[in-house]
Amino acid sequence: MEKDQHTHIVKYKTYVYVLIALLFMTFVSVAVTEIDLGPYTVTMALLLASIKSVLVLLIFMHLKFDKKFYGIMVASVFLLLACVIVITFMDYLYR
Amino acid sequence: MSEAVNQHTEVSYLEYKGRFKGLFAWIFSTDHKRIGLLYLYSMLVLFSVAALLGLAMKIELIAPGKTIMDAQTYNSFFTLHGITMIFLIVVPGLPAVFGNFFLPIMIGAKDVAFPKLNLLSWWIYIIGAFIALSAQFIGDGPPDTGWTFYAPYSFRTGTNMLPAVTGAFVLGFSSIATGINFIVTIHRMRAPGMTWMKMPLFPWALYGTSWIQVLATPIVGVTLLMIVLERTMQIGFFDPALGGDPILYQHLFWIYSHPAVYIMILPAMGVISEIIPTFARKTIFGYKAIVVSTLAIAFVGYFVWGHHMFTSGMSGTALYTFSILTFFVAIPSAIKIFNWVATLHKASIDIQTPFLWALCFLFVFMVGGLSGMVLGALSTNVHLHDTAFVVAHFHFIVFGGTGYAFFGAIHYWYPKMFGKMYDKSWANIGLAIFFTGFNILYLPMFYLGMTGMPRRYYDYVDEFHGPNIVSSLGALLMISGLIIIITNLVRSAKHGEPAVADPWKGKTLEWTVASPPSLENFEEIPTVTKHPYGYE
Repeated sequence: MEKDQHTHIVKYKTYVYVLIALLFMTFVSVAVTEIDLGPYTVTMALLLASIKSVLVLLIFMHLKFDKKFYGIMVASVFLLLACVIVITFMDYLYR
Repeated sequence: MSEAVNQHTEVSYLEYKGRFKGLFAWIFSTDHKRIGLLYLYSMLVLFSVAALLGLAMKIELIAPGKTIMDAQTYNSFFTLHGITMIFLIVVPGLPAVFGNFFLPIMIGAKDVAFPKLNLLSWWIYIIGAFIALSAQFIGDGPPDTGWTFYAPYSFRTGTNMLPAVTGAFVLGFSSIATGINFIVTIHRMRAPGMTWMKMPLFPWALYGTSWIQVLATPIVGVTLLMIVLERTMQIGFFDPALGGDPILYQHLFWIYSHPAVYIMILPAMGVISEIIPTFARKTIFGYKAIVVSTLAIAFVGYFVWGHHMFTSGMSGTALYTFSILTFFVAIPSAIKIFNWVATLHKASIDIQTPFLWALCFLFVFMVGGLSGMVLGALSTNVHLHDTAFVVAHFHFIVFGGTGYAFFGAIHYWYPKMFGKMYDKSWANIGLAIFFTGFNILYLPMFYLGMTGMPRRYYDYVDEFHGPNIVSSLGALLMISGLIIIITNLVRSAKHGEPAVADPWKGKTLEWTVASPPSLENFEEIPTVTKHPYGYE
């Protein structure tokens, strides 16, 4: 694993693209609050936040270039969190 | 083997002279064993205070009306009792004390993966404890919300909420740091040959627990921070008057606090899984099933938090979902019970104090577990919600489960930790009195709850007087047993007979090192070739 980490150098250009994408999605997150999406407001906010997190994890934190095992572990945690959020919102949607 | 180990030439971790002397040699030590003992001593002090608060509450309840304290004091007492017991003792308890001390030794390592982070965890724990307890002595009076800090009352009470909530928030960091440390230690530092399926069950339980600590604790951290923001900046998260939703608070609180119950109970199950095969002189029945059950409990335990909220006004769909999921979690728990009992079948049992604690654990945990099924069912829950029945169930599970396992663990590993044997007769007498008192204290509360006595009330109608007298006398008896148990252990640390390396004829790695162990545990890192419970 350590060897993989040292041999993988991500181009600065890629980092800049990711930064731009993150900033863009931050603006979108703020902009969508102006639109009344009802119960989907939170869904939209979480969706955008999730995409941003995935980008940070994959590129900035080098998960993309790491062993698959670590990717699976991180994905499992995200899945768990997603399940918790879905179950919580089952209360709100059906109340 | 023990004779060979007693020829060990290295000085023990208790006698080792490092950079610092006296108290500083403890509070700045990065040795996992000393850190384990730091937690033990801290918890012993806090437990004594919290247990006395519990006793004072039971004395108050010995008769209707005001007996020794008024309603506001009673509210503060059960809040402080809960905060101390839950956040400072039961949640960190077994992992912080016995996990720290024995995890590296049981997997054949010299220390945990991050010794400095380990010491930092203890310091954060102490700082968190001071902040939480300062709420009692500064500001506008002790908090009176109960340990759950339920909204909207927790935002409106004039009592000193913020330090208590901030303290709980800080304590979360200690828990997360310990969890990360244990996960990395187990992944990276197992001795050669110790495959996952050769790892003892206590480390397995700590592994499951650590994942819950790492993944669930941040949620309560954020929730507690939201309380602080709502109280200080009037941001409407949970208070309906500010546009918030109080049920959201309950969701967020229990998303952490229910898995926290498994932070409490999984290591307890791990301890019992160590004690039973050692004294049954038999390989544990269904090792793999216990491992899978441990992970299943850790996983399913995330999805059952709503059973604390059946009367909160949640949607019907959520109620059914949580009730069904609650019943699922009973399956892996029951698998463990059956495996422990099956281990005892046709075993050559050596009846010693730790084994008696394990047997008592099985009894009280079964009562607690089965009463949990009553509360997990929607129809009965509505009747029993917020009654003394819940208090009885909770204490049977948490005190009966984690508490008994804690005392079982200390009687099991005491010779290894201190290099001394305790007086077995006094230990057994203490246990007998404690166990009798425990049942006399909590069993009447099931009856009281079923007949309608609410929890958290300092007064009651005359019909509840009889069972309350019995329950209060049980509390006195239980505390008497506790005093005997703790006195015996404290006294034996100085005056006890020297312990041999393997007094119980155990098979796991901690019994291959000297009692007490040397600073680095092993002169040479062992190579593991056998199953941890290879008695046959």
